[in-house]
Amino acid sequence: MMSIVVRVKQKQIAQLISKGKRLDGRDLYEYRDIKIEQGIIEKAEGSAKVLLGKTEVMVGVKIEVGQPFLDTPNDGVLTVNAELVPLASPTFEPGPPDENSIELARVVDRGIRESKAVDLPKLCIEPGKKVFVLFVDIYVLNHDGNLIDASALAALAALKNTKIFNYEVQDGEIKIKPGYTPLQLQAHPIAITFAKINDKLVVDPWLEEEQVMDARLTITTDDQGRICAVQKGGSGFFTTKQIMEAAQIAVEKAKEIRKKLGWVT
Amino acid sequence: MSQKTETLIDKNGLRIDGRRPDELRPIKVEVGVLSNADGSAYIEQGKNKILAAVYGPKELHPKHLALPDRMVLRCRYHMAPFSVQERKSPAPSRREIELSKVVREALEPAIFMEYYPRTAIDVFIEVLQADGGTRCASITVASLALADAGIPMRDLVAACSAGKVDDTIVLDLMDTEDKVGSADLPVAYMPNLGVVTLLQMDGILTLEEFEKAVNLAIDGCKRIYAMQKEALRAKYVSIKESEE
Repeated sequence: MMSIVVRVKQKQIAQLISKGKRLDGRDLYEYRDIKIEQGIIEKAEGSAKVLLGKTEVMVGVKIEVGQPFLDTPNDGVLTVNAELVPLASPTFEPGPPDENSIELARVVDRGIRESKAVDLPKLCIEPGKKVFVLFVDIYVLNHDGNLIDASALAALAALKNTKIFNYEVQDGEIKIKPGYTPLQLQAHPIAITFAKINDKLVVDPWLEEEQVMDARLTITTDDQGRICAVQKGGSGFFTTKQIMEAAQIAVEKAKEIRKKLGWVT
Repeated sequence: MSQKTETLIDKNGLRIDGRRPDELRPIKVEVGVLSNADGSAYIEQGKNKILAAVYGPKELHPKHLALPDRMVLRCRYHMAPFSVQERKSPAPSRREIELSKVVREALEPAIFMEYYPRTAIDVFIEVLQADGGTRCASITVASLALADAGIPMRDLVAACSAGKVDDTIVLDLMDTEDKVGSADLPVAYMPNLGVVTLLQMDGILTLEEFEKAVNLAIDGCKRIYAMQKEALRAKYVSIKESEE
């Protein structure tokens, strides 16, 4: 719910935005600074921490051997889960995942899955029997807005950092051999989130903007500038014009970010 | 399980169920189907069979969740265990929890929430049989149930998906097309206000294809909207006739 302070600031935020300005000094389509650290958890097969302004998200990738799904016997399994850890915000409560953390995980999952960033058939050990299961666990450490984009970046950074132990199959048993092979990514899906405030779109909303926004729109694009995932959130609406404007900006912004981070396939 | 169909569009440009790319499945809607609910509706869209019921406005429990300036809309999208090929556990899945959220957020912009401060309205959606596009059909039928309950609304919300199968942009995907096709894009729309209240996508689309799919889905929403209005009218005509 909206805090009193935010309610007071709501008018100010809306007025500034109608003049093309924002409370934190950014332009409407300006992204916050991105800082990425990889390989920070030694016990995870892959890990990364992303700072997007003051928003902080950690992702750990764990790998297990498990069974494939019945309808995809030749594919490895990718599982994305998100925890809104109570230490990250006064509004997060301990307990089972709520609709917000489930939505967050599913939107990040959709971007990775639909862009085919992870080559799932390559994670098959024995068709129909044994495959690698990739657990991508999103851990939000500090909530200052735009958790979707920060989590998508952190998940991708962690996957880029992931290595799988070498193995060979002997009589149906997996024998671990020394050394690791890096997981090769086939795409870099980048999520760009917009907030609609006072009928204007802003890119990468921070917490106070999220608290006063009417609606939210996330558009994930791949390296070829194709759209691979979309999610509208919040109890407002968008016009078709706004949607197409957002889609074009998302393609450009994602390209910029990929270039900045040196993430090219 | 879906079978890998060779092609989803035949040489005459028709889809696996014989539809043209821009054709909706047959739709049947009925309003006021449950006697206990304050409002209810039923939809059949192709093989989809979905019931929606509305209870409220009513007092909200626990009370601390009540909002001083507006009501709280609660929404549950749920699939019956027998609604799909392989039995679905009745416990809410992560998918159902996400869909309950996006369906609620698609309906909220239509309702004058500030008319009923401190209260709650419950929308229960039961998918009895699923064949692709259930979230859209759920929004269509839930907005009718809300109207049937007499909740003041800015407009009805109509929803329809578009997508891409075999390089063709098509309307109202059925299950096989959704699973085998290359993109699915559900849209909810308020035709009188011309605004989109739900937009999701998974798959791969270029910007041009995306624009084409959004516009096709909106076109489908407008056609569904006409059927929604007809269904509401039909209920009141039948009441009038029984009074005479």
